Amino acid sequence: MAQGDKKEARKDRKEGKKLEREQRRAARRSSEQEFLRETGEAAGELGEIDEAALEAEALGYAAEEAAAGAEAQSEASEAEWEPGAEVEEPAEPEEARKGWLRKLREGLSRSRTGLTMPLSRALAARRFDEDFWENAEEILISADVGLPMSVEVVEAVKTRLTALKVKEPEEALQAFKDVVAEKLSVGETGIKFNPDGVTVILVVGVNGTGKTTTIAKLANYMHEQGKTVILAAADTFRAAAIEQLEVWGERVGVHTVKHRPGSDSAAVAYDAVEAAQARGIDAVIVDTAGRLHTKVNLMEELRKIKRIVERKVPVTEVLLVLDATTGQNGLIQARQFKETVGVTGIVLTKLDGTAKGGIVVAIEHELGIPIKFIGVGEKMHDLLPFDPTGFAEALFS
Amino acid sequence: MFDSLTDRLQDVFKRLRGHAKLSEKQVQEVMREIRLALLEADVNFKVAKEFVSQVQERAVGQEVLQSLTPAQQVIKIVNEEMVELLGSKENAVNFSGKLPVTIMLIGLQGSGKTTAAAKLARHLKSKGRSPMLVAADVYRPAAVEQLKVLGEKIGVEVTGSANQKPLDIVEKAVKAALKAGHDTVIIDTAGRLHIDSEMMQEISQIKKRFKPQEILLTVDAMTGQDAVNVALAFKEQVDFDGIVLTKLDGDARGGAALSMRAVTGKPIKFASVGEKLEDLEPFYPDRMASRILGMGDMLSLIEKAQSAYDENKAAELERKLRKQQFTLEDFLDQMQELKKMGPLDQLLGMVPGLGQKMKGVSFDEGQMKRVEAIIQSMTRDERVNPNIIGASRRKRIAAGSGTTTQDVNRLLQQFKEMQKLMKQFGKLGGRKASRAFPFQM
Repeated sequence: MAQGDKKEARKDRKEGKKLEREQRRAARRSSEQEFLRETGEAAGELGEIDEAALEAEALGYAAEEAAAGAEAQSEASEAEWEPGAEVEEPAEPEEARKGWLRKLREGLSRSRTGLTMPLSRALAARRFDEDFWENAEEILISADVGLPMSVEVVEAVKTRLTALKVKEPEEALQAFKDVVAEKLSVGETGIKFNPDGVTVILVVGVNGTGKTTTIAKLANYMHEQGKTVILAAADTFRAAAIEQLEVWGERVGVHTVKHRPGSDSAAVAYDAVEAAQARGIDAVIVDTAGRLHTKVNLMEELRKIKRIVERKVPVTEVLLVLDATTGQNGLIQARQFKETVGVTGIVLTKLDGTAKGGIVVAIEHELGIPIKFIGVGEKMHDLLPFDPTGFAEALFS
Repeated sequence: MFDSLTDRLQDVFKRLRGHAKLSEKQVQEVMREIRLALLEADVNFKVAKEFVSQVQERAVGQEVLQSLTPAQQVIKIVNEEMVELLGSKENAVNFSGKLPVTIMLIGLQGSGKTTAAAKLARHLKSKGRSPMLVAADVYRPAAVEQLKVLGEKIGVEVTGSANQKPLDIVEKAVKAALKAGHDTVIIDTAGRLHIDSEMMQEISQIKKRFKPQEILLTVDAMTGQDAVNVALAFKEQVDFDGIVLTKLDGDARGGAALSMRAVTGKPIKFASVGEKLEDLEPFYPDRMASRILGMGDMLSLIEKAQSAYDENKAAELERKLRKQQFTLEDFLDQMQELKKMGPLDQLLGMVPGLGQKMKGVSFDEGQMKRVEAIIQSMTRDERVNPNIIGASRRKRIAAGSGTTTQDVNRLLQQFKEMQKLMKQFGKLGGRKASRAFPFQM
């Protein structure tokens, strides 16, 4: 395709998309954004997003519980796929299986609310008994904090409460928030700049965590702080990744250095640094291809990108982009990426959903990697500096 | 690091050697370990609780089977229950109804919809269908291009443009598909949050208007506790027919699969197990169960070994091993037997305890092929007695197998070391050594 056509198409797309999307979502977003900016101070408003989430869920649960039809429908759809595949199996175990599945599902729907129970509700018992602590532990687990870390937090709170002779549930809740916030206040949160030369920020992570979007937001964030930025499209593997970054670059108003798809990503990063040096630009943000931490060659490639760039300037920031919906595997990911390229900070994305991203508590505690930013939406401005207190509040709301 | 459930259970059971029945207290202790394993695998805590109590009901008072240790027996129960829950049979795509058969992929951002759509198209194409891909993600920059690039790679037509409404894109696509004679339309939708009601509305509308035969929810295997919220929200607001589990080539245990199956009752239909576009598999509940429990897939391994390994051959091999008459011929035989069982790294991943240790070790199947080629380029005499292979024979073998003399040398060297090792093995006492041989069961 000719370059001109491509640009034109991109422009059209961009405009159409912008209009449509913004109109449809403006109303909802504006209130959210406002609230999210104030996460730190305005604890009272913290409930908003979770309330929305809970509402949506409550709606869902209500619909499920009220309409037996839903259940019937799902049974029916099961029935649709089952007979086809089932040839030689006798009917009896099938019955038993269904019974057990239904039983489990019923058990779960009885306590559906328990799937996302806020600590405040658990605290209604007003007694610090076994149930209370078990509840607290489950809340932490349900936020993906993980069992070992949850146990540790609960133990820390227990000690604190005994020491302070706390009687009121509200104070206990505060103790939980404090303990978590403390565990999350390990390192520096801002971007570390290279004092003499171009600052290179290498952005890494597994597939689909939102690296490219995060880079756009980060570029915008730095741009607004008066820094000049260029992007390096070093994800030369995934189809159309370069275009994706370029579109974002245009929106933010920063230049993107790119090669052809399939070319050497280290070379792209190197060229970008060279370009930045020549033009006196403050920072280069390097977009890398998503890779599973278990793929040895791909991790080696990452090491190579860093090594090649460091022939020019030291890499001061390696940001690991972590999806808030990630469970216990997040810790393994962080450990592996840290070993390979020395992760200096974490960007926790997709916190605008219902996932709490609790695994970062374990990551920061165990690996000492600070969380630097959080992603709370798909817009350019939806990146916020990480605030431990606000995060701890959200974890328990 | 995660301990494997087997190791943990073995610990618990050390204390109950010699018991004929599992007492309630012992069972409880065991159940706690199972619950921990489930939580570590990201099974939702409520689901884990319910699951464990179900297993407990079955386990209490069970007689310890003679052939199994208590640990094995509990694992057997857990395994059975989990496989049942995960869905005990293959779940095919529903192709009935009006043409073109419409399949829609939905899910959160970054769960792998676009890649899964392309993989599914390739899969269906290889099954003789004529699929068309529809890019209905008009929000993420370059999402349409991404699908187009993928479509080109697999030779599947892709329609869609970023400056149209998704509903219109699908409408046009369905018409175009009919015209062009495609029998299947696969719609890739934009990633969306389950709490974004406007975006959820969008897919509901597509569903209402075009009534896809299959709506598949794409879910990342690394998903944590939130999987239940996501799955339920998508079920209530749109409803779907099955789940595609992606990124299973990582080391996440994938408890989300169990959680989602438990709370929605929807089957998991496909598993995406690699970066290549061929890496889409039907879902195997038994493998998933072992993976969630972090205990390696011993059952499948035994089955595979049994089905692939000829018992007489095994006995013969054992005799040769003991008498130290193991030749390159046998080596080749063994390698071929092994290959029948499946890819090597997958096999090793199935061995309990080994799965974790082998992480990061990648196997070069190509290397194995080269070794095979080298041995096959030898004469029978050379295989039985490698000592006769001199310089000129080496040259001939290298030329015949398309390798270099260095490769041939390396193999011969390795084989010598192996023979040495076997000598020591033989000296350990034939009987014991043969017991350790894994394919005796």
